[in-house]
Amino acid sequence: MAVSSRPRQALVLATTLALALSAAACSSDDGGDSGSASSPECAAYDAYTGNDGTTVSIYASIRDAEADLLEESWKQFEECSGITIKYEGSGEFEAQLPVRVDGGNAPDIAFIPQPGLLKRFADAGKLKEASAETKTMAEANYAKEWLDYATVGGKFYGAPMGSNVKSFVWYSPKLFAEKGWKVPQTWDEMMQLSDTIAGAGIKPWCAGIESGDATGWPATDWIEDVMLRDQGAEVYDQWVDHSIPFNDPKVVSAVDRVGKILKDSKYVNGGFGDVKSITTTSFQEAGTPILENKCAMYRMASFYANQWPEGTKVAEDGDTFAFYLPPVDPAKGKPVLGGGEFTVAFADRPEVQKVQTYLASGEAANNRAKLGNWVSANKKLEVSNVENPIDKLAVEILQDQSAVFRFDGSDLMPAAVGAGTFWKGMVEWINGKSTSEVLDQIEGSWPK
Amino acid sequence: MEFEDFAPKLSMLLYGVIGFVVVVGGLLLLLDVVPNYFARRREAALVAASLSTSDGPAPTLGRRVRKHREGLLGLAFLLPALLLLLIGLVIPAIRTILLSLRNGDSTAFVGLDNYLWIFRENDIVRVLLNTAGWVILVPLLATSVGLLYAVMVDRARFEAVAKSLIFLPMAISFVGAGIIWRFVYAYRGEGDQIGLLNWLWTLVGGEPRQWLNEGPLNTFLLIVVMVWIQAGFAMVILSAAIKAIPSDIVEAARLDGVTPWQMFWRVTLPSIRPALIVVIVTISIGTMKIFDIVRTMTNGNFDTNVVALEMYNQAFRYQQAGQGSALAVFLFILVIPIVIFQIRNLRRQREG
Repeated sequence: MAVSSRPRQALVLATTLALALSAAACSSDDGGDSGSASSPECAAYDAYTGNDGTTVSIYASIRDAEADLLEESWKQFEECSGITIKYEGSGEFEAQLPVRVDGGNAPDIAFIPQPGLLKRFADAGKLKEASAETKTMAEANYAKEWLDYATVGGKFYGAPMGSNVKSFVWYSPKLFAEKGWKVPQTWDEMMQLSDTIAGAGIKPWCAGIESGDATGWPATDWIEDVMLRDQGAEVYDQWVDHSIPFNDPKVVSAVDRVGKILKDSKYVNGGFGDVKSITTTSFQEAGTPILENKCAMYRMASFYANQWPEGTKVAEDGDTFAFYLPPVDPAKGKPVLGGGEFTVAFADRPEVQKVQTYLASGEAANNRAKLGNWVSANKKLEVSNVENPIDKLAVEILQDQSAVFRFDGSDLMPAAVGAGTFWKGMVEWINGKSTSEVLDQIEGSWPK
Repeated sequence: MEFEDFAPKLSMLLYGVIGFVVVVGGLLLLLDVVPNYFARRREAALVAASLSTSDGPAPTLGRRVRKHREGLLGLAFLLPALLLLLIGLVIPAIRTILLSLRNGDSTAFVGLDNYLWIFRENDIVRVLLNTAGWVILVPLLATSVGLLYAVMVDRARFEAVAKSLIFLPMAISFVGAGIIWRFVYAYRGEGDQIGLLNWLWTLVGGEPRQWLNEGPLNTFLLIVVMVWIQAGFAMVILSAAIKAIPSDIVEAARLDGVTPWQMFWRVTLPSIRPALIVVIVTISIGTMKIFDIVRTMTNGNFDTNVVALEMYNQAFRYQQAGQGSALAVFLFILVIPIVIFQIRNLRRQREG
């Protein structure tokens, strides 16, 4: 054993080394030509020139195809400004960023999707306050409620960039048209429709909350969306910042409202089984029975558009589309639950600030949107640049004046709850535990 | 998919391979050359000493100098290992212990609060109980299965094939095994079952079940995966030990007319005791640190959480460095008795 283990160790070492090196090779950029700064297409980037030959590193959770599009979107900025952006995407972003920052190896800019994590870095004095230019740009392009999520102790740390709308219910327009069902406009209509669908022998709802080590988050989105509708934005804010306890009767009421759908085997889980099958169905595959008419509705964010099998037409007259999760009381406005990432900086070199300002600009949003599959709350984003119908709908909702936008609550809560006991609690709740038992447990785990 | 796109990556890979060969090759060369050099010098010194044997007290002085020099040499060889141990083990251990006495973001001293928290929180007590279940069941089951198998296939016709079969899972990583076994336990509410277990279960007339959702059965089903991996390890070591039993003992026992049962309990088992202990201890320590299987298969949901996974979650996902460190220290304390037992055992063996 001892003899044979040595070459094996050597092999492991060699592969690790090779992997590490090739990973480094992947993230390095090939520079790009600078110098065409005076050409007409560079006119929009005049404000960002003057730091030729510098490099800015960006670290985020966006990977693969999405990352390629992102890098393509700022190619022109790189060419015109002469600033090279070194982008690195990681699947372990949330766990690795604190390690890198605490280890003195922070990236220049990070796209942080959790305001809670942003606040933690800001409180620890790790983040650099955004420059005046970035702030002006952000204030011009984003609504105040968005900027508030990146403001800690009166200091503004960075603009949002990409966003997503979570308050969507996916359905099959074909099936709805065939059966004469209408897209519900209120919560009660939706519940009536659910009964109608169940009466027609189809399970009205699909659900799946399995997501690897993040299992449970789709259920927390359900709760948050319904908290906003059942209790309103104000109570939602109190719940998120813990000025009312997690097991408050108001929260119980919202959770029970969700339970009427997710914990009723009459309504779930089309194509997969009973209530408990929700816990082991991955959120990626949970919506697919809609295409086979095995279930009728699936509540999931706008980014689910990318999860349908190839060849599926996602449009109002296509195989599948989404409607806005209706409010309980339409008179109180349109609550919208969403998320997004914030572009914050760990360095304040001039080139870093210029990249940060650019990312907050309308050009950045439009450049990225043109490449497809992307939504932003940026006011300068032109709907005509958004190709995909579902993204269009999302942008319209985000730019709607009557919309009451709130950020995904589990991203605002302390990580121990928002990425911990809330997720796990929801898994147990679906698996059979009572609402009060689960909420008491989560309340007990809130860091003092 | 142009070659040029990959050329920079390939060249980086090449650099990596060259660098690796240079470093490892250099180290090996060093390990070969340096002791050789000193050996030659010592030989030369011995020769010189033997040439001048009649010089009275001089050799003792020479020996003392030589001994001193050898001590220095030993130290020089130990230094890299000591340094690495210090950086990689001692300092982190001390830091972890210090962190475990502080709060979530390590800004305030909280005393033993984090340790009390381990036993106060129902969830964490559950985690401890699960880990205890793992540590008791896995070594027991894996060793018995391995031993039984080793005894059964010993000198059988297809011994090599039979052994390879049970040894193969050892080559699969825990994560890989977790993914494979998740398919075995898979559940489909409608249509044909794709999971082996549910398929068998429905074959004998049962209703398809969601095996991984039902505690405490699910913990046991996860343990099965670990046993599946580790039984091969136990089998190989124990089989080698069985083969090393002196044949005269076995023959003597046969002449005395023992039954196979007596042979196993009176001859085989006592003869392989040291190997058995090594196997049990190794598997116990491995089981205490179990992480991958649980994370891959249930992510600690449905009451299947274990200490190592909870430690990782607390420290790196929930940003509770204090509680995470406390769990790490607790795990450390749990492993210590096993390690001491192992070391004492080894020492006794060496003396005996």
